[in-house]
Amino acid sequence: MTATATSARSDLSELGRSETALRAFLHGLPGVDQVGAEQRAAQLGTRSIKTTAKAQAIDLAIRMVDLTTLEGADTPGKVRALAAKALRPDPADPSCPHVGAVCVYPSMVPYAAEVLRGSAGSGRPSDGPGPTNGAAPAGPGGVHLASVATAFPSGQAPLEVKLADTRAAVEAGADEIDMVINRGAFLAGRYGEVYDEIVAIKEACGGADAGRQGRPRAHLKVILETGELATYDNVRRVSWLAMLAGGDFIKTSTGKVPVAATLPVTLVMLEAVRDFRTATGRQVGVKPAGGIRTTKDAIKYLVMVNETVGPDWLDPDWFRFGASSLLNDLLMQRTKLKTGVYAGPDYFTLD
Amino acid sequence: MFEYAPAPESRSVVDIKPSYGLFVDGTFVDPADGGSFKSINPASEEVLSEIAEGGAQDVDRAVRAARKAYDKVWGPMPGRDRAKYLYRIARIVQERSRELAVLETLDNGKPIKESRDVDLPLVAAHFFYYAGWADKLGHAGFGPAPKPLGVAAQVIPWNFPLLMLAWKIAPALAAGNTVVLKPAETTPLTALLFAEICQQADLPAGVVNIVTGAGDTGRALVEHPGVDKVAFTGSTEVGRAIARAVAGSRKKLTLELGGKAANIVFDDAPVDQAVEGIVNGIFFNQGHVCCAGSRLLVQESVAETVLESLKRRMAQLRVGDPLDKNTDVGAINSAAQLARIKELSDAGAAEGAQRWSPPCELPERGFWFAPTIFTGVTQAHRIAREEIFGPVLSVLTFRTPAEAVEKANNTPYGLSAGIWTEKGSRILWTADRLRAGVVWANTFNKFDPTSPFGGYKESGYGREGGRHGLEAYLNV
Amino acid sequence: MSERVAVRKTYKLFIGGKFPRSESGRSYLVQDSNVSLASRKDARDAVVAARAAVQGWAGATAYNRGQILYRVAEMLEGRREQFVALGVPGDEVDAATDRWVWYAGWSDKLPQVYGGANPVAGPYFNLSAPEPTGVVAVVAPEAPALLGLVSVIAPAIVTGNTVVVAASPAAPLAAVTLAEVLATSDLPGGVVNILTGRLAETVPTLAAHMDVNAIDLTGVTDPELAADLEGRAAENLKRVLRPAAHDWSADPGLGRMTWLLETKTVWHPKGL
Repeated sequence: MTATATSARSDLSELGRSETALRAFLHGLPGVDQVGAEQRAAQLGTRSIKTTAKAQAIDLAIRMVDLTTLEGADTPGKVRALAAKALRPDPADPSCPHVGAVCVYPSMVPYAAEVLRGSAGSGRPSDGPGPTNGAAPAGPGGVHLASVATAFPSGQAPLEVKLADTRAAVEAGADEIDMVINRGAFLAGRYGEVYDEIVAIKEACGGADAGRQGRPRAHLKVILETGELATYDNVRRVSWLAMLAGGDFIKTSTGKVPVAATLPVTLVMLEAVRDFRTATGRQVGVKPAGGIRTTKDAIKYLVMVNETVGPDWLDPDWFRFGASSLLNDLLMQRTKLKTGVYAGPDYFTLD
Repeated sequence: MFEYAPAPESRSVVDIKPSYGLFVDGTFVDPADGGSFKSINPASEEVLSEIAEGGAQDVDRAVRAARKAYDKVWGPMPGRDRAKYLYRIARIVQERSRELAVLETLDNGKPIKESRDVDLPLVAAHFFYYAGWADKLGHAGFGPAPKPLGVAAQVIPWNFPLLMLAWKIAPALAAGNTVVLKPAETTPLTALLFAEICQQADLPAGVVNIVTGAGDTGRALVEHPGVDKVAFTGSTEVGRAIARAVAGSRKKLTLELGGKAANIVFDDAPVDQAVEGIVNGIFFNQGHVCCAGSRLLVQESVAETVLESLKRRMAQLRVGDPLDKNTDVGAINSAAQLARIKELSDAGAAEGAQRWSPPCELPERGFWFAPTIFTGVTQAHRIAREEIFGPVLSVLTFRTPAEAVEKANNTPYGLSAGIWTEKGSRILWTADRLRAGVVWANTFNKFDPTSPFGGYKESGYGREGGRHGLEAYLNV
Repeated sequence: MSERVAVRKTYKLFIGGKFPRSESGRSYLVQDSNVSLASRKDARDAVVAARAAVQGWAGATAYNRGQILYRVAEMLEGRREQFVALGVPGDEVDAATDRWVWYAGWSDKLPQVYGGANPVAGPYFNLSAPEPTGVVAVVAPEAPALLGLVSVIAPAIVTGNTVVVAASPAAPLAAVTLAEVLATSDLPGGVVNILTGRLAETVPTLAAHMDVNAIDLTGVTDPELAADLEGRAAENLKRVLRPAAHDWSADPGLGRMTWLLETKTVWHPKGL
């Protein structure tokens, strides 16, 4: 940490060139004590968020939802319905905000894009450099279109296939790419390989490569799949690795392994983005995904964001929830706050 | 900004009587001379209740009641039956924990989240743990049939009123003693509710007696010739006076006194958890903790990083209404304590240390002190030597592990210490050299009924908790 | 042929592994021998020596302390006749030697009996282990001269404390002779320091001394003096062992060791 706090930005950008330097840096990060981190997360979970604060938190959480469907059984119809819901989560209440993004498989991107942008591919933020970090500007409806690429969820495909997967998703209209890292390579200690792959995918997103000017540009969320990383030390290291390689967001999970997002894992990742910004000046977003189903859960995450990294991250550009069933619970709680009556699932759309 | 709306715990769960008598021989009685004092809510200065002030005559009456109960009932009772009474008490405490937590917070000023999540669970656990010892004393390592001492005089402080009561009463009763307990004058209410719990549990009359009052009441109790055992938790100054008072008597004495714990952060510490540990170490319970990590010893090479993180974290502390579930730091327990904290803090500033507090609005009424750190402190400063017993942290630096240990031990106190490093062998090396009764490595301010607690040197003698805690109440 | 002229022994103090005279230059007669009359300054010097020895002795391995104490018993056995010549009954010397052996064996066992793991309700490793309290002032009982002395010194030092012993004014010869045993037993200098002379002169100094951690008043027979000493000891909250009637031939139990122990409890999280 001392090293990063005092190093200039350029020093860090050199790290990826040498496996040795990368390893030395990642292993020089301060450790994470599991018990202490979990206790801190649990303490933040005891915050009592009521009345006005709760209403504010629910609307913010809705705006942060990456409304997700990632099933083999997904169809154009299912995805269109999901996208429609993303734009108007509560058709009965126009004051209800839209969600942050829709997140689908690459083959489903055109159908989502149809709904979100009127027609596939149009409304893409295709010109100008755009903001350098966080989420790209959204389409006219305000909802981003994210797609998982890189042989999601295992990532076990040749790099060329992953790059093609990514480019296809971007071509089809995705403005956010959720990639999976190569956990096998990370756990085997081949940090350079993981790094290089992220750099390559970032480039395929139409990132900072001047030679590809005019290409569609998507922002890169790097899925760490923390449920497979075994320790918080690894979570911290891989968070830094992903940020050093150019990731715009770091994301906990695919949702396809038994352990998805948890509060302590998210805490460690938030601490990483906080320290990374201190070291480099660049802000990176965080997306817990999988297993967040209730308003109560979502509010615990928002409290954690608030008290760990502060208001700078309390924005859909910097914090997202990867979730599907969460949205309906948020809507039910929102209605309860407005009407004073507990809502029931029959009153909210199932998509 | 994400502002948290007020989330106050309801105080209607507890019924505070306008006045309380002394709890002697199973009933509430008026004091012989009719004196009384007020217990106030330190967060609002509102008077909570009028409390009887026990005099020498009342103390005598309580000691006699305890003696009679010891001779006739509690002493002869089989351990398994004593155990059942203690289990009963543990259960009632659990059932009434919300009520007790709210009352503790009202009377003491500590945040409800601490009385609810720390004090009360530990109180119940303590009774539950010692209940199980009552019929197993012959297996505790003090001989086949260790005998109790008789009547125990117990004087407890205001920082953890009910928890300190549990630390005192549970082992005493398990071992077969009867007790006369004097709670602190600023926080008598949970002890009086505990007296009601004793009635509810049908605990035989005279086994537990609660005599409220201030220093004079405590002195009368400690000096009473009918007492066989004195247990005190509080300041080293008063502990010294008690040690003098019992000199030459038969009274067995255990003391749990002040501290000036070093919390040592090495350069390879898990920084985020260390910062949490520093915050918990000094701001838990407003720093009204004898084992508080009031001296931060941070390795010079990481001092800047750690302090930056610490300040950022301190800015998140929510100071205010103790009954609000989101409050992290509550009220200072009394005007007198606030004056002491202010005096020592001013001395720290006057001696040239740099003072820092996060911006925080303090309520107008009540006793408040913002979380404060002093940097640039040396061992020569008063704030590095004297126990402040408030939310004030003195930060010192060191260069080598040997220097850290030397500074940590350079105090007449020896209650607790903290070590933060990812290197296991360094933890053990350091822990071996620290002259302190409790060493928290990569954690801080953890308590458990099975874990002995108590100090070296002027932090007192004897241990509370665990098998060791029985020894103080057995004739061994 | 004339009888050989004996070489008489000078009975001096035992401080820091050396045998100095009292800095006051005074002595008194016991059994026709001159014995040093220790001063307050000698008491202070003894505390300094005892404090200096704490780190090494407490830091030595328990096995090492046990070996050294056993060596003391070997030396004691070898000097049996010397004690007998001073008037100590032979069976008392034997009992004292046996007691020393008994205590020697405790060095590496007491921490197991008296400490251990605590099953706390959380993800923590939690271990309590006894540690020596530090420098202990001991007022030795007058009788039995050797067994009593051994019975107060051995339990104090076996766990790593160092002691300053005020020998019984009436029975100092056994004490100084024991010092000679100790001096030839690999016991580091300063672990045991022995003062001879008047209790009224040295013991109040020891009781009030702020660098003494505990005081054993076993040899104090005057209750008023005992109370006064206990009151002085309160100044830095010394651990105090009050005078009490003793059957020195009985099984001593653990109490004389455990009252001089501090329990240190170490917590550490268990995690990945």
